[in-house]
Amino acid sequence: MRKFLLQNLWRPPLTVPAPAPSGQALAELGAKVDQAARQRLGRSLAIREVDAGSCNGCELEIHALNNAFYDLERFGFHFVASPRHADVLLVTGPVTMNMREALERTYAATPDPKWVVAVGDCGRDGGVFARSYACAGGVAEVIPVDLHIPGCPPAPMQLLEGLLALLQVN
Amino acid sequence: MNTQSLQAVLDAGHPVADHRPWPRVVVTPGIWNTLIEGLASNIWTLLGLWSEAQIVHLAVREEASGMLSVASLPCPDGCFPSVGRRHPPAQRLERTITDLTGLHPVGAPDVRPWLDHGRWPVRHPLGAATAPVPPVPPYPFLPVEGESLHQIPVGPVHAGIIEPGHFRFTANGEAVARLEQRLGYVHKGIESLLKGASLEHAARLAGRVSGDSTVAYALAFARAVEAATETEIPARAHWLRALMAELERLAHHCGDIGAICNDAAFALMLAHCAVLREQILRASAACFGHRLLMDSVIPGGVATDLPADGPDILRSLVTGIRRQFPSLVTLYDNTASLQDRTVKTGFVKPALIRQFGCGGYVGRAGGRAFDARRTLGYPPYDALKFEVPLRTDSDVNGRVWLRICEVEQSLALIEQILQKLPSGPVSVALNTLGRPCEGMALIEGFRGDILVWLRLNGDGTVARCHPRDPSWFQWPLLEAAIEGNIVADFPLCNKSFNGSYSGHDL
Repeated sequence: MRKFLLQNLWRPPLTVPAPAPSGQALAELGAKVDQAARQRLGRSLAIREVDAGSCNGCELEIHALNNAFYDLERFGFHFVASPRHADVLLVTGPVTMNMREALERTYAATPDPKWVVAVGDCGRDGGVFARSYACAGGVAEVIPVDLHIPGCPPAPMQLLEGLLALLQVN
Repeated sequence: MNTQSLQAVLDAGHPVADHRPWPRVVVTPGIWNTLIEGLASNIWTLLGLWSEAQIVHLAVREEASGMLSVASLPCPDGCFPSVGRRHPPAQRLERTITDLTGLHPVGAPDVRPWLDHGRWPVRHPLGAATAPVPPVPPYPFLPVEGESLHQIPVGPVHAGIIEPGHFRFTANGEAVARLEQRLGYVHKGIESLLKGASLEHAARLAGRVSGDSTVAYALAFARAVEAATETEIPARAHWLRALMAELERLAHHCGDIGAICNDAAFALMLAHCAVLREQILRASAACFGHRLLMDSVIPGGVATDLPADGPDILRSLVTGIRRQFPSLVTLYDNTASLQDRTVKTGFVKPALIRQFGCGGYVGRAGGRAFDARRTLGYPPYDALKFEVPLRTDSDVNGRVWLRICEVEQSLALIEQILQKLPSGPVSVALNTLGRPCEGMALIEGFRGDILVWLRLNGDGTVARCHPRDPSWFQWPLLEAAIEGNIVADFPLCNKSFNGSYSGHDL
């Protein structure tokens, strides 16, 4: 193990430069996030991820945000284990009927001020699962959404762009 | 004890025309019961159990002869003799059949709903589709009696970035006395969405049954369509599909080995394994245009050919992993505190693995030598050299080691594929038979064997399609694996199985 740790002292970091925040996301957020909330939260946001029926493709890419290439924590974002510790709910999936109440309860358990980011094409409008008897069809059908990050699934870079927009808005 | 061969038993039924590549036979309740007895006495293995509005289908495989067949029992009165009564692996599948089509398994030991949580606007969506009858009573968990027991409910929203499901632990101090799973939270109604879908849309849906196995599902779906329509695809397409399938397997094995160690609080392995995984996904994107390779396998072939620089990208990827991976394996093997957590944790009895026909690394770490790539030998694996690693320790450590060995096999397979990749077109137009036809495929995903069965309409749209995830026969064994372990070892056990919620819930 010592060898691993030593090697990492010499090697240049793998981490990629930060992308610019997504212009589209900034526009979407502009009207929604108020100054007071920004000031109170500062530049550190706690994220609670909620899978509301995704195929788990989005989860794989959200996981990737934590790897050495994207290193989400350098921007002050970190994933937390409880909605009670969260500022941001990162919601994936077309919101299945069976997950609807769990999502509503997770939202209710998240303290204000809070933002909801719907991830993926399913999170926007149900994606390929739209019009199923078993899906509500999009996160906004169930809880208010502040930002959509499209993609099937969005690549980590797209996720970063969207999340950085959250920090830039004022 | 049944001594007849599967062939002899099914000869008494009526074979269905246009079902490929294996036979489908319409059977009488008598033959159905013989099949149940054969399953119960472990002569045959259950591969799948699903239904339509008035007929129930049972896919079985005879280990000795390798014969694979579907038996179909018409249920004009809405009932069929329960398979789960004699063969527990069928129980959750039967509960699902009742939820989706309303057919009743007579004599079933467990009649609680499974996927239907009472939240859908419809009952029996694949059957008569009636309005639900509110209010739905709370789900009755199995009773656990005894002194000093306490319950720990977990989920559906978990603490990590994972899929939703509910685990009900009953513990005696730290030791788990019983784990009961409740799944179905991510039921998206995929089988209903597939009904009537065009092949193009259906392939996209199939690739999203379980996003982590998108290549495997798209491949199983495509092979079933090609079997039904008697379409021969170009050789290069077979080889490119295998290349994609191995990249998917490699990415998940690398990522999960790290994630298992992380669940024992050994984050260093996760950090390094996650770098390997990211390199694989980037190479996949550079070669085929999508990090997870979604929609890359299509009925008739593959969507994109390997670009001119593809072989070099993949060869340097393989070289890089060969350089970095062995020292990680040594790190895993030499860290006593980590071994202390994984060795002898989450043991699954090999007898249970046989009974459940449990596939993938869970099955092969417990002595069941089934790998569809080898056992069925679909192309191009019949022309490739590889070993199927097998172990008998059947604990978390065994499952980690099995995947370590499979990483090496996948690397070698990628090299062989690049070396022997035939030239030519990468897709072909599907035959149009102009009449209904049925197809089936069984392929090896990273998690285990995936079965897809389908019937196409005369116009080429999907009449019915049933995808069966390997997790159906792995989830129940997790309940057995955790027994007697401490609660804190559950994440380790769970991650070493890595069952799919989405693939199971459909």
